[in-house]
Amino acid sequence: MSTHPMNPFNHDLAAPDTPLVNVQVNGNWVQVPKGLNVVEVARTVGSFIPHYCYHPKLSISGNCRMCLFEMGTPKMGPDRKPIMGADGKNEIAWMPRPQIGCATQVSEGMGIRTDSPLAKECRNGVMEFLLINHPLDCPICDQAGECKLQEYSNDYGRNYSRFVEDKVKKPKNVDIGERIVLDDERCILCSRCVRFSKEVVHDDVLGFVNRGGQSTLTTHPGKRLDNNYSLNTVDICPVGALTSKDFRFKMRVWFLKETASISTWDGTGCNIIIGSRENTVYRITPRENEAVNSCWMPDEARFEFHEFQREDRFTKPLVKMQNEFLPSDWKDALQQAGLKLKKYSGDQIAMIGSARMTNEELYLLGLLAKELNVALIDVLPRPKEADAFLISNDGNPNSTGARVLGISQDGKQLPLIAEQIGSGQVQALIVFGEDPVACGIPISSLEKLGLYIFAGTVPNASTNQADYILPTAAFGEKRGTMINIFGRLQRLGKAVNPPGQACDDWELLRDLRSASTGGNSIHNYEDVFRSMAAEHAPFAGLSWSKIGDLGIALEWGAAVRGQESVTHSAVLS
Amino acid sequence: MATAQRRIILKNIDVPGYTNDMDCYLKNGGYEVLKKAFGMEQTAIKDEVKKSQLRGRGGAGFSCGLKWSFIDASKVTKPIYLICNADESEPGTFKDRQIIHKDPHQLIEGMVMSCYANNVKLAYIYIRGEMSEGAVILNRALDEARAKNFLGKNILGKGYDLEIYVHRGAGAYICGEETGLIESLEGKRAYPRIKPPYFPAVLGLYMCPTIVNNVETLCNVKHVIEMGGENFAKIGTPNNTGTRILCVSGDVNKPGYYEFECGSITMGELLHEVCGGIKGGRKLKAIIPGGSSSKVLRADQAYKIKQKDADGNMVEKSLTLEDIPMDFDTLAAVGSMAGSGGIIVMDDSRDMVECLANLSEFYAHESCGQCTPCREGVLWMKKILHRVSHGHGRGNEDIDLLQNVADNIAGRTICAFGEAASWPVQSFLEKFRPDFEKRAGESSGLEKKLS
Amino acid sequence: MIAPLQELPEDFVKKVDEIVSHYPASQRSASLMLLHEWQERFGFISEFAIEWIAQRLELQAINILELVTFYPMFRQKPFGKCQVRVCRTLSCALGGSSKTYEHFKNLTGAQGDEHGPITSPDGKYTIEFVECLASCGTAPVVMMNEDFYESVDEKKVEELVQKYS
Repeated sequence: MSTHPMNPFNHDLAAPDTPLVNVQVNGNWVQVPKGLNVVEVARTVGSFIPHYCYHPKLSISGNCRMCLFEMGTPKMGPDRKPIMGADGKNEIAWMPRPQIGCATQVSEGMGIRTDSPLAKECRNGVMEFLLINHPLDCPICDQAGECKLQEYSNDYGRNYSRFVEDKVKKPKNVDIGERIVLDDERCILCSRCVRFSKEVVHDDVLGFVNRGGQSTLTTHPGKRLDNNYSLNTVDICPVGALTSKDFRFKMRVWFLKETASISTWDGTGCNIIIGSRENTVYRITPRENEAVNSCWMPDEARFEFHEFQREDRFTKPLVKMQNEFLPSDWKDALQQAGLKLKKYSGDQIAMIGSARMTNEELYLLGLLAKELNVALIDVLPRPKEADAFLISNDGNPNSTGARVLGISQDGKQLPLIAEQIGSGQVQALIVFGEDPVACGIPISSLEKLGLYIFAGTVPNASTNQADYILPTAAFGEKRGTMINIFGRLQRLGKAVNPPGQACDDWELLRDLRSASTGGNSIHNYEDVFRSMAAEHAPFAGLSWSKIGDLGIALEWGAAVRGQESVTHSAVLS
Repeated sequence: MATAQRRIILKNIDVPGYTNDMDCYLKNGGYEVLKKAFGMEQTAIKDEVKKSQLRGRGGAGFSCGLKWSFIDASKVTKPIYLICNADESEPGTFKDRQIIHKDPHQLIEGMVMSCYANNVKLAYIYIRGEMSEGAVILNRALDEARAKNFLGKNILGKGYDLEIYVHRGAGAYICGEETGLIESLEGKRAYPRIKPPYFPAVLGLYMCPTIVNNVETLCNVKHVIEMGGENFAKIGTPNNTGTRILCVSGDVNKPGYYEFECGSITMGELLHEVCGGIKGGRKLKAIIPGGSSSKVLRADQAYKIKQKDADGNMVEKSLTLEDIPMDFDTLAAVGSMAGSGGIIVMDDSRDMVECLANLSEFYAHESCGQCTPCREGVLWMKKILHRVSHGHGRGNEDIDLLQNVADNIAGRTICAFGEAASWPVQSFLEKFRPDFEKRAGESSGLEKKLS
Repeated sequence: MIAPLQELPEDFVKKVDEIVSHYPASQRSASLMLLHEWQERFGFISEFAIEWIAQRLELQAINILELVTFYPMFRQKPFGKCQVRVCRTLSCALGGSSKTYEHFKNLTGAQGDEHGPITSPDGKYTIEFVECLASCGTAPVVMMNEDFYESVDEKKVEELVQKYS
């Protein structure tokens, strides 16, 4: 499956068996799939054609006129056959009228000039027209640094203005939706947002009112741009007309470091880019992966990073002494905890892992459980409502990994754990990143425990009951892999450091294991993966680098497939 | 002696006693040609139209027979639509108005047989919204036609069904563009479509094959079938066959609409003999020969063209404006076009800057705003002309700028509106540049005080 | 979102149904005709009109709003009793349409920017310039509501103002 089933169009992808045609691009003959449009063809041979309204996943609009190029067709002889040149290729008759690249599909013998005087003049003209009524907002516009008007006027425009009339005035700073601000003066009316809303998410909420130079993007006063995918319009808006309220005025994009990662918001595992500067994350945007999310992602998933920027993050290991939490250091805390843990037999210990943990973390947790002879172990499921697009019915990003690595029983063991803690049979509880109360274990039961070790990022309803609070790294602060609901193994990227002394779960587990059971031959992250791959079939033969930025589809089988995972009706086959 | 009109379309229009109802039409031989057409094969009708060399009368002058040939009814599975373009909005043009209001049945008869020829079962007349009375008249005429079995189910008992409805526009010139019209008929903003791929013959109304024809063109179809294609082709000149209704307005004594064989009358004869000469005895300065979108022609200029002489040799001829025969090819050869047949006459009292400023405001109002060069550029041209005509010009810099802006619009847009808006600017500047430079160099009294 | 208590006259609803029946391939095509029908009956296109028509044609309100603002014949506010449309395009301008417009203004007392419709203080006349009305041979031309008048010089302006008062 190479194309996302949800996109109505995929202009950039040719079907594998498409025949090739010969076209001449800027003097060079190349072979390209027939039927691809000229913008895509030029891109693949390194002659980029600038464009605004064209988007490979949306219908062709052809209104910006920026992709005008000089086109040629095979010169025909009187016998209606192409005239061949000395080089064995057909001669080309160049058309005086330029054509738009996005709407022109290549055919045999076509000529394409993107650098001729005519093509340059066209682009220069269009750039000028786009700028004459454009407001001088660059100093305060969030799009600065990733704005196509800036980029293309630099590459294709003129360096002075000839416009001395009054500019057209339109509404600015329009509150068009829960998460989006609209500036109508900046809008170049490319209609990408209108087409996206209508064609991809079927929420026909945007439109143009008025006419001619007064044309203005808007919603009907009774409705707002509030669907679950509204922020994708901000991504595809080539200028600063649609901007994210969350990111507004926060940071200039040229300062942002871009880290490839995946969303851990739910089981879809949308590929993302984390934008951060120094040790702060500023935004999350989608990363293109045709096998998972194409170039889209749900709005809510973009705000995950706020969760780990909370003020109440755990930053130091905390040890409870006489009902008070006192800060400690890792060595002491883990040693103490490990020693205490050793005193219990396997059937006196229960573990609650999380389907939000990475595979590596889950693997090490599994080793710890095995060495301690712990059988009572499970994760907290998070079922939710799916939609027909990118929101899955699994609120956990790594349910599949948790199953594969033997930690998850899909929550079926939780009632048993709760019962045995309540009865006093289980006296030691280790929890990674979950709230036992949410797992069905009341505070009154937690109070009965002799040892409660909690590892996580933020406080919850029951962290006060813990004896040890071990601060961990959140997503974006650690490397690792996860398996989405379709069995795709993907990599998380580390964008920033965890705060204070919070550390990667895998390091914590390594040291806890060392302190409690003594088992350890793991020194670095690659060791973890190698070990895991050696012991669990789905990972066999893989490595961190082999997974790559776009992930790998694991063998589809009972070991990998989740039991009731589903998002949309178009199930990947 | 002036060339006489040949009133084929206008035969009954303005004849005392002629009314626009069915009875009067029937009394004058109405719907007989329809009966003849229904006795022919559909393809035979299309052949006759091809033989007639009939060219569209809306403004583009595209061969009607060729347009119809793009759709092969035997190979098409989707429904085929035919739309009568009655959105007459080209400044200077007022011929379709006469047909619609005074002889609607001629249009209906021509349209029914055109639909029959192309296997169309559902057709629309797109009439501009301002012609509210026209819509009433057409609806009444359609009802009359239905009552007589010339329209509706089983027309003339030949087993052919066709329905025609009137659809009203609402004040947008761009609805005269065929794909803009189609978008408007689909209930959307009249944004013309990109071609390729949306050629109406392939992806027209509701993405089905569609023919869009002008009112006068459809009326001509009736006459083509009546007299036969070959006979029709004998009227006018080769490749410019049939008659044209020429609409003359502006500085003439007898403005109005007149029908002549193509090429049978020259500009001079039309203005001075038919239209009574320039008003107030003034001198002719300029003429826009084919609707405001066509290029202006200057009176005191010699036009050099190449034409075939009597022996078939290509010779160069020099024509004055008055010499130019009113046909498609010659008007194109002198650097303008026959267009919609709307002739606007300007005498030597007229300020060319004001005239162009007036037109540029029209185009700025009517731009649909879909594509960049037109949306931004046409408004820019209007603003420059407005400023210059009000005495705030910056001299030749503004005229060079105006020229360059127009050059950056024409040929770069989705539809021909780009050319329609640019050609007046380009041609006025070409023909009357000194007028514009002078005006642009003048500053208003206010400016002088400040400096 | 439609006020449930707002009943429309039965004959109007019937007319709407008939109009929609002219477009079997797509209901959306009926939008313009429904807007015409509404404006002729109720005087202007209100917020309610937009929502009602959108709902009737199973469209979004924005789809109708787009049309109302694109096509100049539709107005979102009531006009004066008599809508005076004066053609401003070249042939009529050559024929003196600006004088015609000015005279209408003076006689009715309407004031304001000529780039939009202006209404007389007594609410009887709304005057606006429109583009070519396709009768250039009888310039200047004027429409008084839906009635069409040719060769409207200043004398005729006086007659018309009187006639439609």
